[in-house]
Amino acid sequence: MSHIPHRLEVQNISIGYGEKVILNDLSFQIPHGSRVAVVGPNGAGKSTLFKALVGLLPLQGGQIFIHGEPLGSHQDCVAYVPQREEVDWRFPVTVEDVVMMGRFSQIGWLKRASSYDKQRVQTSLSQMGIADLAQRSIGQLSGGQQQRAFLARALAQEPHILLMDEPFTGVDVTTQEMTLKLLEHLQEHEVTAIVSTHDLNLASSRFDYVLLINHRLIAFGKPQDVFAKENLAQAFGNSLLVMENGVMLVDECCPPESEAK
Amino acid sequence: MNWLLEPLTYEFMQRGLLASVIVGVLCAVMGTYVVLRGMAFLGDAMAHAILPGVAIAYILKGDLLIGAGAAAVAIALTIGFFTKDGTVKEDTAIGILFAAALSLGVALISTMQTYAVDLSHILFGNVLGVSAGDLWLIGGLSLAILLTVALLYKPFLVISFDPVLAATLRLPAELLRNLMLVLLALTVVVSLQTVGVSLAAAMLVTPAATAYLLTRRLAPMMIVSALIGALSSVIGLYLSYYFNIVSGSAIVLTATLFFLLGFIWKRLRKA
Repeated sequence: MSHIPHRLEVQNISIGYGEKVILNDLSFQIPHGSRVAVVGPNGAGKSTLFKALVGLLPLQGGQIFIHGEPLGSHQDCVAYVPQREEVDWRFPVTVEDVVMMGRFSQIGWLKRASSYDKQRVQTSLSQMGIADLAQRSIGQLSGGQQQRAFLARALAQEPHILLMDEPFTGVDVTTQEMTLKLLEHLQEHEVTAIVSTHDLNLASSRFDYVLLINHRLIAFGKPQDVFAKENLAQAFGNSLLVMENGVMLVDECCPPESEAK
Repeated sequence: MNWLLEPLTYEFMQRGLLASVIVGVLCAVMGTYVVLRGMAFLGDAMAHAILPGVAIAYILKGDLLIGAGAAAVAIALTIGFFTKDGTVKEDTAIGILFAAALSLGVALISTMQTYAVDLSHILFGNVLGVSAGDLWLIGGLSLAILLTVALLYKPFLVISFDPVLAATLRLPAELLRNLMLVLLALTVVVSLQTVGVSLAAAMLVTPAATAYLLTRRLAPMMIVSALIGALSSVIGLYLSYYFNIVSGSAIVLTATLFFLLGFIWKRLRKA
């Protein structure tokens, strides 16, 4: 499958729960092997978009294509690093168990892990600097280490597209730097990484593309083009402050009026 | 040694012991998912919800186990139906169906006069009344359930720990979730004879909760839980024989003692 360009194509998708539409008529194309930051105010629909991309939420309209084929025709080419709150940290699994789960569909659901699978897990653990924690319970780790465990799992899965929901929020500097390094490493292997973040400066300095959304697509393209004043004003309204040196600050305290309903 | 062997000279005790151990192991293994997925309330509800099935089977003079099995599967699927797409929250759906089924069961029973003895057996179990045929049925069903759990170890692990990963790996999560409910229902039915519907929930939760305190991986948790379930059954049955206590109660109380010991051990280790 590696000769096919890794590409994600989203055509006019709308996503929501019941009557309520969260994302309306979204279209964009992501070239293979690029690093994309998904940016928008709180409640803009970033997590919702990710849930739709892994097939957890049904589309109300439109289509998603991966390598030119509809979502679901590829077994496991999308990996997802969940937000911290989505995981039950008291579950009885070790770090190694968690990473091995990434191999499950390659192993086959009824078969045992081969020595290649075990080696792959070890490599992923070492790459994220947590090989010495392999036998610990996942709940015993620090927040940053837990995130690295899930990144190692995503690596072990050998995905074509990696989705990360807010990996830079509430983690230590080492984990943040390791995550960014991983993105670079993945790019060398032509893996597309789509990362949601609140950190606009990180988005503009460490990513190839930025997807700016607020219930709809506001802009998609190179960071310097997307972060134009009028786009930012459309997305964030008054909650954004651009400093003279170019540093952008978002006021996270209050969601815009339109979402309060 | 004699006191250990004496009860086993009776054939009904041999069958009772075997049935208790099988049920103890089965409940303990299914119980790990009950504990980890927060289904304790569901297990309890399931146990009571089979009452109308048993009552109907009794009225029609059919096999009580089959009536219970049909009711349990129906309840499991109905809960799945109501909670699909989050229309009704799971614990709400369980609460409604649990109460409705229990009421229906009691209503059916109240139309009969000679039911008192059998009712107490259904509620608290009658391990000494296990026939050879019952034993085969209990053994066969238990083996089938345990084999399914072993074969689906990885899918069940993933849907329990990380539903999002299950979606990215294209697992049929909805189907697996329903299958787990059916397995849970069948487990409750199998426990009907030994600990009864009132105490089945305890055998589902207590050994697994104890194993959760002592282990930190899923497979060892299942094994330790099964050991505790089996030991509780054996010890409980001997207590019941020598002190003339209802067997279901003796088994559950023994399991509770193990839990308390596990809890104290865990506390001391943390301190």
